[in-house]
Order: sequence, then structure tokens, then C-alpha cells
Amino acid sequence: MADLHITRVVTPRDPAHTTMIMRDMPELPVDDPAIRLAGLSKRFAAGGPAGGTLALADVSLEVRSGEIFGIVGRSGAGKSTLVRTVNLLERPDAGVVTVLGQDLLGLDEPALRAARRGIGMVFQHFNLHHRRTVAENIAFPLEIAGLSRAERAARVAELLPLVGLEAKRDAYPAQLSGGQKQRVGIARALASRPRLLLCDEATSALDPETTAEILALIRDLRDRLQLTVLLITHEMAVVKSICDRVAVMEAGRVIEQGPVLEVFTRPQQPTTRRFVAEVIGHGVPAGTLARLPAPRPGEERRLVQVLFLGPHSTRAVISEASREFGIDLDIASGRIDSIAGEPFGVMALAAYGPAEALEAAFAWMRGLGLVIEEIAA
Amino acid sequence: MSWLTPMMQDLLLEAFGQTLVMVGVSTVLAVAFGLPLALLLHVTGPDGLTPRPWLNRPLGLVVNAARSTPFIILMVAIVPFTRLVAGTSIGTGAAIVPLALAATAFLARLFENALREVDPGVVEAAQAMGASRSQIVLKVLVPEALPGLIAAVTVALVSLVGFSAMAGAIGGGGLGDLGIRFGYQRFMPEVMASVVLILILLVQGLQSLGDWLVRRLSHR
Repeated sequence: MADLHITRVVTPRDPAHTTMIMRDMPELPVDDPAIRLAGLSKRFAAGGPAGGTLALADVSLEVRSGEIFGIVGRSGAGKSTLVRTVNLLERPDAGVVTVLGQDLLGLDEPALRAARRGIGMVFQHFNLHHRRTVAENIAFPLEIAGLSRAERAARVAELLPLVGLEAKRDAYPAQLSGGQKQRVGIARALASRPRLLLCDEATSALDPETTAEILALIRDLRDRLQLTVLLITHEMAVVKSICDRVAVMEAGRVIEQGPVLEVFTRPQQPTTRRFVAEVIGHGVPAGTLARLPAPRPGEERRLVQVLFLGPHSTRAVISEASREFGIDLDIASGRIDSIAGEPFGVMALAAYGPAEALEAAFAWMRGLGLVIEEIAA
Repeated sequence: MSWLTPMMQDLLLEAFGQTLVMVGVSTVLAVAFGLPLALLLHVTGPDGLTPRPWLNRPLGLVVNAARSTPFIILMVAIVPFTRLVAGTSIGTGAAIVPLALAATAFLARLFENALREVDPGVVEAAQAMGASRSQIVLKVLVPEALPGLIAAVTVALVSLVGFSAMAGAIGGGGLGDLGIRFGYQRFMPEVMASVVLILILLVQGLQSLGDWLVRRLSHR
């Protein structure tokens, strides 16, 4: 991970930018979240694998229907425990779990089993039955629910094309690639037409290319089936590519949450910043730093990371800034990417000029909606 | 081949039949009792579906006790029980009782190991789908463990062929007994050799059949 030393600079909010974020959010009543977790705590017994640690410490979270909500954190942050409380595979010691309007902790066993049928779950290691074919794996939840053989066959016939596995219906899991196995996992999770899909590190066992494929499939299915998706991951890149909102977890707590674009461009917590830096972080390569010229007498050299979103043209900004403020801007590194479907660019700039001119230039750039953070050289 | 008189042929055939009956019937009984026992041990174990230490520990102790008693001692120690079940303490039928008992304890442990090999993730997935405990046992645990269960039965069959040789001590007959009485006590090495040869072929056959079934069923 790039070891960035970022000095936080207060950035004014650009109103145009805010509307851009809002446009992407589905229009939904906020009082009807698909998942509402409130005050969840969970401590694992001492002597267990987690040895008396607090896995969840007063976690509250709301997932709106129709959105893809990501929970990101390092291993041991509690995210796995958290996602498991949503279908009560893990029972919290305290708190409220409301899923699709139902208070799960108040349900008895049969009612809980019925509620679980309305919540699909996809796993990191796929968890397929080795001795069942693809079709038989997908039919399993329907078998559990007591559907007839004919009904199961009809539903499986609908699901196979949905995940692109028509040709593999009679194959066994051992004959499939990782991506194909996860497609089976997804089809199985969707078999009983759930409105909610939980993804527990669904792409962590896959290579980058397959990860992209599976994420695209999940997003596509969300759109077509109006699903709500809660996914947990340790990879910020996953959040970047498909999530609408994200929560960052550390030591059993949610330390930051918000729309993905917001969290990426204005991370508040050090952990969040490190996560964001993994994806968009852009230190100055050591060699480049050494080769940067020293500032002339009476001038300063400042290193900044510039993050720009949407329609800004880098070149125009850079050339205009040097012209208007009489400073020199040297691009040490940079690249263009996209977050939650919005294009964004990140650059490391070496800026030369009188201190006031530099400050004025940075202020002007911020006025355009660019996020500027100083990098300690 | 002067030793292979018609009478000798009859004796060999009869002994072979007795071995098959003792091994076959006690295996069927051991599977019938051992599988539920293993499921109970597995499900009530520390990582099971419903951990019940107060049931699991004593059950494990009983199984271990039965397994650690040498078969020849177990056979005579449970004579009253044998008499109760089989109506007699002598003969092939009577030998089946201790054989089945020893094999049940043996198989229960082997089955439990096979069940433990089932990917806990598959069980968790079934729970997440709303499967009940009995559905998890019948539709996940047993089917997923089937190759391991078959392998365990194969091991038990082979061990039972060996155990059944001791059944002569209570008049159970069988190939092992024939080998001792004719081959050893009457100095007929040919009988001993044929008995051993037949047993080797029997064990090889059982093992190959078991391996073939496991391969066919596992889909790994």
C-alpha cells in the first residue's frame, strides 16, 4: 500500500458536485430501509477462535432498498460477523435486526427459517454441494422450501440463463472454474426470489478479471430484479466499482459511512484514507521526487494530490492556473479512473511559486470542485 | 490335491458361507445403529448443529470403551447379552451379536470422521437458505459425506473379516475357525493356505468394490 502522508485541508463543498451524488441515489423513502441494524453488539466467548474479543460494538446501519451497500474492513474488523447478523447466522448479544420490515430477533425457529428464504446469500468459497450438479445445486433452496420437482425444474430453467450457465447444467462443481462456481452460488441465492442479497466476500477467491465479471453480474441482477445488495469486502476496489454507499469498519465499529463518491473524495478517518489510498492513492514515486528541481529563491515548492471529478479538463486547469497565478505546475504522476460510474482523475502535482500565489491557485482550484490535499514530501 | 476331498470342499464352502453371513449381517446392523449414533455424536459435538456436551461426552465415552475392549474379550464379556438377543451363546447367530456391537462402535467413529469432513460452509449455506436441522442432516450431511461413509464401511468390512476369525471361540464357525481347526490343529497346511487365499481374495474384492463406489460417488 502506498504510504501517503496527507495533511488534511478543509475543502468547501461544491453544490454542483453534491447534486451529482444525489442523482445517482435511487429515489426511495428513507423510512423504509431494507435492512435496519441498530445498536448491535457481539462478543465471542474467550477461548473461542476470536478469544473474547468484541466483534461488534454498538453498530447501527441502514441499507435502503434497491441500493448496493458495501461494508469494507480488514480481516477481524467484524464485517463478517455483521453480515451474518442480517440472517441471524450470528445472533447479536444486543441490538435490533430488522430485515424487510421484520424484526428477526422476535421470530421463532420456523418463522426465522421462512424469513431466511427471503434473503439470498453468496459466499467467498461458494459453498456448493460437491455431489450435486449445477442444476441440483440451484434447485436446493427450492427443495428445502418444498417445491415439486416440476416447479424446481421450471425455476432452474429460468435461472441458468440469468447467470449464463445453460451449458453447464449437468456439470459438477469440481468441473467448473471459480467464476462459474460463484455464478452457481448467485443463481442458488436467487432461486427463491429473495429481495435481498448478502454477499460475504463473494469475489475474494477470484482473480481480478473474474471479479469484475461477477461484480458486473451482481449489479446487472440488482437492476433487473430490483434487489437490495449488502456486500462485505476487504477490497476497496470492489466498493469503488459497484457500491452506492459504503461503511468502513474497524475493531467492531462503523467508523465512517456515506455515498461512495463522498467517502472516496473526502475520507475522514485515517483507516478510510488508507483504504481509499489503495485504490486512488497516488504518492509521488521516490525517483521522481529526487529529480524534482529545487524552488528558486523567494519561491516555494509544494507537493499536492489533486482529485477531480466529472467534467474538468486537467490540462485546462493546469495551464490556466499557471497563467493566472504565475506559478509552475509539474505533474509528478496521475491517472484517470471512475468511481460509482463517475469519472475522476487523481494527480500528484509539484507546484512552484510564491507562497501567496500558490495558496490563491489552490483556492481557485478548490472553487472548481477539485479536492486538493498536501503531500508531505 | 488329494486333501481336497468332497467333504473338505463342503467344509470350505460352509465356512465361507458362515463368514459371509457373520460379516454381512453384522455390517448391516452396524450401519443401521452406527450411522444414527455417528450423526448424534456429530450434531451434539462442540461444533455441531446443536452442541449438547452432557449427551456428547458420555456417548463418546461409551463408544471409546467398546472400541478399546479387545474383540475376543468383548465376545465373552457380553455373553449374557448375546443370550438375551440371540437366544443362545453358541453358533454363527450368536457370534453376530458381539461382531455387530464391535462394528457399531468402530463404524460410529469412522462415520463421525466422514461427517466431519463435510465442508461446514455447505451446512452454513443451507442454514442461510432456511433449512431445518433434519433437512440439513438428510439433505446435506449424509449426501455430502456419502463417499466417506462408503469408505468407512469398506474399512469396517475388512476388519470384520478379521474379527470373524475369532468367532470360532464361541462356535461361530467361518473360514478363520476352519483354518485353526484343520490347518493348525490337524496339521493340514493346504487347508490353512486355501483359507488364507480365500480370505485375501475376499478382502481384495471388498476393498476394490468399496474404492470403485467411492470414486463413482465423490465427483471431486
